[in-house]
Amino acid sequence: MNINTTKIISLLFFIFSVFYLYTAYQIQVFTFDENAPFNAKTFPIYLGYAGLFFSGLKLILPDPKTIKVEHRNLEYKKTTILIIIAIIYGATILKVGYFLTTSFFLFGSYYFLGERRWILMFLLSFPFVAAFMYLLHGVLEIYLRDPFLQLIGVMG
Amino acid sequence: MIEGILIGLSTALTLQNIFMVMIGCFFGTIIGMLPGLGPMTAIALMIPITYGFDPATGLILMAGVYYGAVFGGSTSSILLNAPGVPGTVATSFDGYPMAQQGKAGKALAIAAWSSFAGGTFSAIYLLFLAPSLSKVSLSFRSPDYFALMILGLTAIAAFSSKGQFLKAMMMVVLGLMLASVGQDSLSDITRFTFDNMNLTDGISFVLVVMATFAMSEALTIILKRNDPTAAAKQVSLTELGSIKIEKEDRKKMYKTIPRSSVIGFLIGVLPGAGATIASFLAYGMERNLVNDDEKQKFGKGSVNGLSAPETANNAACSGSFVPMLTLGIPGSGTTAVMLGALLGFGVQPGPRLYMTNPEIFWSIIMSMYIGMVILLILNLPLIPYIARILAVPKNYLIPLILFFSITGIYVMSFNNFDIYLMIGIAVVATFLRLYDFPMPPLILAFVLGGLMEENLRRSLLLSNGSWEFLWDRMLTLCILLTTAFIVIWHIYKTFMKKN
Repeated sequence: MNINTTKIISLLFFIFSVFYLYTAYQIQVFTFDENAPFNAKTFPIYLGYAGLFFSGLKLILPDPKTIKVEHRNLEYKKTTILIIIAIIYGATILKVGYFLTTSFFLFGSYYFLGERRWILMFLLSFPFVAAFMYLLHGVLEIYLRDPFLQLIGVMG
Repeated sequence: MIEGILIGLSTALTLQNIFMVMIGCFFGTIIGMLPGLGPMTAIALMIPITYGFDPATGLILMAGVYYGAVFGGSTSSILLNAPGVPGTVATSFDGYPMAQQGKAGKALAIAAWSSFAGGTFSAIYLLFLAPSLSKVSLSFRSPDYFALMILGLTAIAAFSSKGQFLKAMMMVVLGLMLASVGQDSLSDITRFTFDNMNLTDGISFVLVVMATFAMSEALTIILKRNDPTAAAKQVSLTELGSIKIEKEDRKKMYKTIPRSSVIGFLIGVLPGAGATIASFLAYGMERNLVNDDEKQKFGKGSVNGLSAPETANNAACSGSFVPMLTLGIPGSGTTAVMLGALLGFGVQPGPRLYMTNPEIFWSIIMSMYIGMVILLILNLPLIPYIARILAVPKNYLIPLILFFSITGIYVMSFNNFDIYLMIGIAVVATFLRLYDFPMPPLILAFVLGGLMEENLRRSLLLSNGSWEFLWDRMLTLCILLTTAFIVIWHIYKTFMKKN
């Protein structure tokens, strides 16, 4: 059997299905529901077996076309930085507020992706977010939580 | 029906809704023109905006985005030989050669008129078919629905997998597994939450769509060093040529459009098939039906060869609304996203939708037609300018897509955990995309997961735990046999290909 990344993903999915199935069997159902034809764990148990079946088949059957990914050509650095910035954005958005975090997130993302036109970067971050906030909060009346703007009295 | 049409028209023709269709078509065209970003991403990005509207308006906006994205895909196929969406690949076979001959304007006009006519015909078919099918589907029982959902999931896996059926089926199972997280709908017992309160209500549909489409597509573009906007920069305002279609070409289109619209609509109705298969089938059918002289022109700028797939892919878009509106079962990834949005509005699509919410049912159908008109009169003359907007560097485009995705989740839950979960799912989805694991089956499965469990529950309880319900009714049995045939055929094909 030819081992390639697709097979490894299938193996991981197989292991995940085993874990899912185990967890499905552990679901606590009401006593009167234990022997019912259908209870809260019935469907997940079937899903667990379906996962085992399809990933198992993928592991056993030959691959009709092998996908080769040239990892050397992939841009891991920028992608990782972007993901980290997004995580920081997610971590700070509630405490700092929508306006500042979003503006800094956009500005930082432009920068790390290689952009250096500062005026355009600024325009497409701070004023852009302000306009978008006005559209959501002011026009569409979608609530946006922003402790910072509330603190300085811009937002009610 | 007349009353329904009038209700639909009165809803769709309000100033706000016409404006929404215009915005949707415009935005959809822009996203659709970008290779790699399809209608699902465009609709997903629009979901947060729709929270501020009533369900009809929200859906009208999304339908506009859908049509705009398909039209935008055709434009990049013709001008750049870079189909923005898979449904417009066949358009490039004759559209691009025509553009290379200096007739890009004419090719765009043929595509626009064919799309318009295809959409018009299919809106008429939908108008008559949807209410009748709704009535028929009232007789469907839980086992039939359960079997239909399995068929829908298997079909979308078969059609979207590019020959990798098992990968697509794994994505279906993963989607169903994700849908099973949270409280059980009947007993309220929590499942797979691992004592995390944030998971008690389950994983949000918008979160999964944003993560697997918008966010992971943006990450994939960066990871693969693609630049979807690069092609748009090549479009020149002066090289498009006239948009006039000659009488002789119009005559050819008169024959092509009706037959392609029928095949497109019928394929669109089938679960999982969609615009891509419809356009290829229409192209192939047209090639067989034209005379030998015309046949020679195929692939070199044939009017019939351009008109047929364009008509069919638009007709298929309308057709794909049929199972969603009448059965509550989406036939494609895009309609699955729209179904999820509808459920988010608290509207349950299905056979009773056109009785309980006639304004939604009919206004969607009517707005499709209005969308076509708007695409024709607004987008056609504006295409070169829209292409210029696309010349925005990817350094700006990608952060903006991420920003819209995260904002969508933020305004929904005000919860850090959801943002982390979305990023986590997006990273996994990006990795899976690298190895050709398709995402539409995952979304469809995620949307249908709850409904599937509900129908299986009812079926098993009614049959007292016996699996006889699978073959008790002829309808259920036929649907399941079709499903079994698809599964066995694809596994057999996989095995035979290697040997």
